[in-house]
Amino acid sequence: MSNKNLKYLTGPFSANNPVIVQILGICSALAVTVKLEPAIVMALSVTAVTAFSNLVMSLLRNGLPSRIRIIVQLVVIATLVILVDQVLKAFVYDVSKQLSVYVGLIITNCIVMGRVEAFALGNGPWASFLDGIGNGLGYGLILVIVAFFRELLGSGTLFGFPVLENDWFNLYACGYSNMGLMLFPPMALIIVGCIIWIHRSRNKDLQEK
Amino acid sequence: MDTLNLFIKSIFIDNMVFAFFFGMCSYIAVSKSVKTALGLGAAVTFVQVMTVPLNFLLYNYILKPGALSWCGYESVDLSFLTFIVFIATIAAFVQLVEMIVEKFSPALYSQLGIFLPLIAVNCAIMGGSLFMQQKVDGAEMTTVWESIVYGLGSGLGWWLAIVMMAAIREKTTYSHIPAALKGPGIAFIITGLMGIAFMIFSGIQFKSSEEAEKVEAAEPKIEVVEAVETEQTPVAENDQVNL
Repeated sequence: MSNKNLKYLTGPFSANNPVIVQILGICSALAVTVKLEPAIVMALSVTAVTAFSNLVMSLLRNGLPSRIRIIVQLVVIATLVILVDQVLKAFVYDVSKQLSVYVGLIITNCIVMGRVEAFALGNGPWASFLDGIGNGLGYGLILVIVAFFRELLGSGTLFGFPVLENDWFNLYACGYSNMGLMLFPPMALIIVGCIIWIHRSRNKDLQEK
Repeated sequence: MDTLNLFIKSIFIDNMVFAFFFGMCSYIAVSKSVKTALGLGAAVTFVQVMTVPLNFLLYNYILKPGALSWCGYESVDLSFLTFIVFIATIAAFVQLVEMIVEKFSPALYSQLGIFLPLIAVNCAIMGGSLFMQQKVDGAEMTTVWESIVYGLGSGLGWWLAIVMMAAIREKTTYSHIPAALKGPGIAFIITGLMGIAFMIFSGIQFKSSEEAEKVEAAEPKIEVVEAVETEQTPVAENDQVNL
């Protein structure tokens, strides 16, 4: 893989992260992060949709009049999301129930639309595909970080396994209790705010004047 | 009374922004001045009021499993088409609104600029329709009237949230915020604190019609909204105690 393609793939992990730098796709990023498992399923679904919508739109870009491009994009994205939804319902039904309306909301996830508009309409299919995967994974990274803290502090588990109490070690016996507020929506926003804070204090060029 | 409950619930308790994070992208991007926030909020509310009932009719009479029984096809289940039909309705309607606004009010059109067509991909609109679908499946919503009320309530909730946010952000331009936290960082944290404040509404419910007198007593509670902006920290502490 050439250097340039590698940059498309890894750029969105930190310096050009879709959630904390481009501020895209926050709606679903926060709602599915109460537990790690749905967060990871959601991240994979978004990665698949972003990658393939980028690929399809990049292939169509030369024959597409710009006046009708939004509606074509919506149709392509909606079709891909329907496919993802049916696959989730068939193979991981429980998780698909937990994700509820947020699978449908991938259609209006700004990352998908934003990457198509900003990248796929001006670049070749292979580069667009890599850009889609990179942005999907960059989004997934933030989801996993937020879900890790919310699940650990909110319910004391990781992937459903209790990590704060076991045979030789029990934190609850020492007077620790779970922070129920972590399970409520506002804490997700505050965690993302803190992630942005830490990220920008390390990358000074991203700071606003 | 149920309709009133639905209305209040969709504005304050199930607030689009604070409870479900819908429409966060434009919420963060457009909440820099109160004036644009007001304009966008009005446009979103209008689109929401129109598209939720439209999608309700489409879902109820065409897409729902068994919905085609009125024309003799009981066994047809088109519900897998839900997403694409909803987004097509929304995109078409937003296009229509854009053309109408451009024709009759060019000033407002240029003021809203790019954000007007972007309402089509605002999660709040799609989210409203998807929640309507969930409510229909759960038999919580049965009439068009209820879907109009739900659309209006959830639109107003989003409007309220973005205007409050814009008002706070206008003030924070004069505050000393750590350089790394300026912009989106502080916006997220403010929204989180506002969300905690909004959690106090979660208990509001009006009694059924036989206890109508009690409604009079419950109503003043709603006026707390105006004070919410300044009372964030004490509310947060109280909530933790309750949990």
